[in-house]
Amino acid sequence: MNRRMIFYILGQIIKILALFLLLPALVSVIYRENAVYSFLISAVIAALIGLLLTLKKPAEKRIYAKDGFVVTALAWIAVSLIGALPFYISREIPSFIDCFFETVSGFTTTGGTAVNNIEGFSRGLIFWRSFTHWIGGMGVLVFVMAIIPLTGRSMYLMRAESPGPIVGKLVPKLKNTAKILYAIYIFLTAVEVLLLIMGGMSVFDSVIHAFGTAGTGGFSNKAASIAAYNSTYIHIVITVFMALFGINFNIYFFLVTRNFRSVFKNEELRWYLGIIAVAIILIAVNIMPHYSNVGTAVKDAAFQTVSTITTTGYVTADYAEWPEFSQTILVLLMFCGASAGSTGGGIKVSRLLLYAKMSLRELRRMLHPKSVSVVSLDGKPVGESNLADIGTYFAFYLIIAAITLLLLSLDRFDFKTNFTAMASCLNNIGPFLGRGGPFGSYSEFSAASKLLLSLNMLFGRLELFPLLMTLNPAIWKKH
Amino acid sequence: MRIVIVGCGKVGSALVEQLSAEGHDIVVIDSDKETVDGMANMYDVIGIYGNGASHPVQEEAEVSKADLLIATTSFDELNMLCCLSAKKMGAGNTIARIRNPEYFAQLDFLREELGLSMHINPEYATAGEIFRTLRFTSAQKIETFANGMIEIAEIRVTEDSVMSGLRLKDFGKVFDVKALVCAVQRVDSIFIPDGNFVLESGDKISLVAAPDQAEKIFEKIGHVRKKLRNVFIIGGSRIGFYLAQMLLSTGAGVKIIDNDDKRARYISEELPKATVILGDGTDQELLHEEGIGNADALVALTGVDEENVIISMYANYMKVEKVVAKVNRSGMLSLLDNIGLDNIVSPKLITANMIIQYVRAMKNTLGSNVETLYKIARGKAEALEFIARQASDVIGVPLKKLKTRKNLLIAGIIRGNQAIIPNGEDRILMGDRVVVVTTNTRLDDLSDILA
Repeated sequence: MNRRMIFYILGQIIKILALFLLLPALVSVIYRENAVYSFLISAVIAALIGLLLTLKKPAEKRIYAKDGFVVTALAWIAVSLIGALPFYISREIPSFIDCFFETVSGFTTTGGTAVNNIEGFSRGLIFWRSFTHWIGGMGVLVFVMAIIPLTGRSMYLMRAESPGPIVGKLVPKLKNTAKILYAIYIFLTAVEVLLLIMGGMSVFDSVIHAFGTAGTGGFSNKAASIAAYNSTYIHIVITVFMALFGINFNIYFFLVTRNFRSVFKNEELRWYLGIIAVAIILIAVNIMPHYSNVGTAVKDAAFQTVSTITTTGYVTADYAEWPEFSQTILVLLMFCGASAGSTGGGIKVSRLLLYAKMSLRELRRMLHPKSVSVVSLDGKPVGESNLADIGTYFAFYLIIAAITLLLLSLDRFDFKTNFTAMASCLNNIGPFLGRGGPFGSYSEFSAASKLLLSLNMLFGRLELFPLLMTLNPAIWKKH
Repeated sequence: MRIVIVGCGKVGSALVEQLSAEGHDIVVIDSDKETVDGMANMYDVIGIYGNGASHPVQEEAEVSKADLLIATTSFDELNMLCCLSAKKMGAGNTIARIRNPEYFAQLDFLREELGLSMHINPEYATAGEIFRTLRFTSAQKIETFANGMIEIAEIRVTEDSVMSGLRLKDFGKVFDVKALVCAVQRVDSIFIPDGNFVLESGDKISLVAAPDQAEKIFEKIGHVRKKLRNVFIIGGSRIGFYLAQMLLSTGAGVKIIDNDDKRARYISEELPKATVILGDGTDQELLHEEGIGNADALVALTGVDEENVIISMYANYMKVEKVVAKVNRSGMLSLLDNIGLDNIVSPKLITANMIIQYVRAMKNTLGSNVETLYKIARGKAEALEFIARQASDVIGVPLKKLKTRKNLLIAGIIRGNQAIIPNGEDRILMGDRVVVVTTNTRLDDLSDILA
């Protein structure tokens, strides 16, 4: 393993993080808050660490897949630790564990919070918290790659960070691919900010909620989340944009380049939209008795469904009060997750689709033991090694979920709380059922549980392998 | 430029490596999924899996928008079909690898009909390269600029040579020539030397001079070009066949050793003037019997790298003056340098370099001003030729006053039909052709030489 190069790339990323930290400082300056110092101090610390790590350019620049995994995992841990500093330095969140939890929850676009008094926070910190969503959604490394060339073999980094079973490029150069992705991302975010402002939301709130939607994160500056806004228009705008950010960004590229055939051929898109439609209908019919008016029932069902499947985690209705059937559908959607190549978390529709196809193939093979068949997606054959990865993914997913559940049960809550908290963090959603309810927070969990859940969020966002590889001691041995 | 490369064999992958480093947008097509994935992992390119001649695959690769398509699969017919359909779809230029001698014969017709911009036959190109090296016994490699007005020759400094211990300032005086040492390879490092640089034995120098001046130096070092009388070619492959043809046309004596009965018969039928021996070229007894001690040159061209290396080592030991070995694995090149095998040819690198020169020239019409480019010193340095077309800070200033980049040397100026090996007083004028040697890559314009 090329350690020098790993730390060099890490240094470059931390330098960019230092620049990011200046943005909330600016917000603090605008609102004349003391928090500005905590951002400046954090930025200086980040810049120093970054410079220290990039002092000497390594002679041997070659990296391989394993190095890519390790860089990605370490980068995410590093940005979470440094990103937590402003919360700690400003003393607005006293415990460092809580600061770390909050930042990990931000970068991984989970959106679960460890604090109960968010409305009392300074605006700079609220902005920073939501900004981590926005950057974490499309990817920290992807952003860095759009600006500076990290290594000649950045594809390994892209593959380690981008969600989904099969990661490809849009154009030959990775740098341009990253730029195109961020251009689409910035454009969609800006449109949402404008539409929210037109709906009567203040500029600051619009930006915060657009960041939360774009990264499919779910941080809000209101304790009551989106339910705090009593406007059908705002609910609909956010529903539509959550759904849009849960779509593979390649689709937008195809639309822009007028490659409509690739859009229609995309199986994942069809399934994603289909699952959303079916879930909305089932929930709407199921909750109808609780509502006086059909329109509101459909609107609430749609918002909650889209918010859950895209792993955003915004809330407009207290679904803890809904019938078990609807709650169960939402829990299942938590695991389903959004599309590959989107900003959403969860298992991903395409991965489930491929897993289903693989399973059907095995079933067929039991019938015709000598049969040969190729699993394909979007009309293209999928390599056996990709399929094997998906199998491994599921195995580790279950193991991690089981261990988390077991350890969480040592804390003082009931099974429903533990299970949904685990599912919520591992799939990067945010709200959970049981004790907290959709509007609750993670503040009552013990420090150890919070660390465990933070780890789960990282596992979920990076899709297990990068972190698993880094935790494997064999990879750190010199021989 | 947008370049589509079909087929990722030896040549294809060498091209991908080089062209992606030069910053082109590259799409790779191969019918082997693992190869495609591997390329997409190692280099900044997009990989498409499929048959490069099929229309849907070409559409996916957006061949219609490509400036250049290079077809280097192992099948001539596939390459031609690729280029034909790419051309019909609107690709700018096409290059095909065509190696079958029968197609080779009707190339003019094919080029016309297929709209090929360039065709390349790796074996023929390699044979040509070896032929050139053989003609200059002491220089290991010669490249020419401005239609042969200036040459760059690579020479090894031997222990007993006058050059050993020579300060470069005195180089011109000692040899009484106008020449410039523009690059020195020492073990694994490469230097762009100044006047105070002292040569050591074992160094490999790249020398810039006009051809007649270069000849003077060769005479002084004691290696005069002499006519080749007795050349051993081990392995009657296509390269060997073409090389023998070339050598025979200059009247040299050629001995071809091949262990395949059919092949040996075929060669003796086609090349009646050559002596064809049926036997194992690694067999020292056989080499002795055929008089290896009296050979002027030996070329090892079997299909196995290791055999070629061993045969060459033996020939070196037997004091054959000029030994050339074909080695395909480029990773081995620096290793071989250390055991004294100087003349290694690698068909894939030769082919790739020829195509890259074409790409550079093409880019020239699209904004870059490089006229010719050679990779020298094992590809660690570049010699580039520019034409001073537009006014810039470089023009008219004495060279010693130019603040050029580090590791860069202005090695030659061609003004009209006069070749100048410049010193600090010389200046570049409008319309000059300028040869620059540098370890920096990606100079696109003459003005890029400034720091």
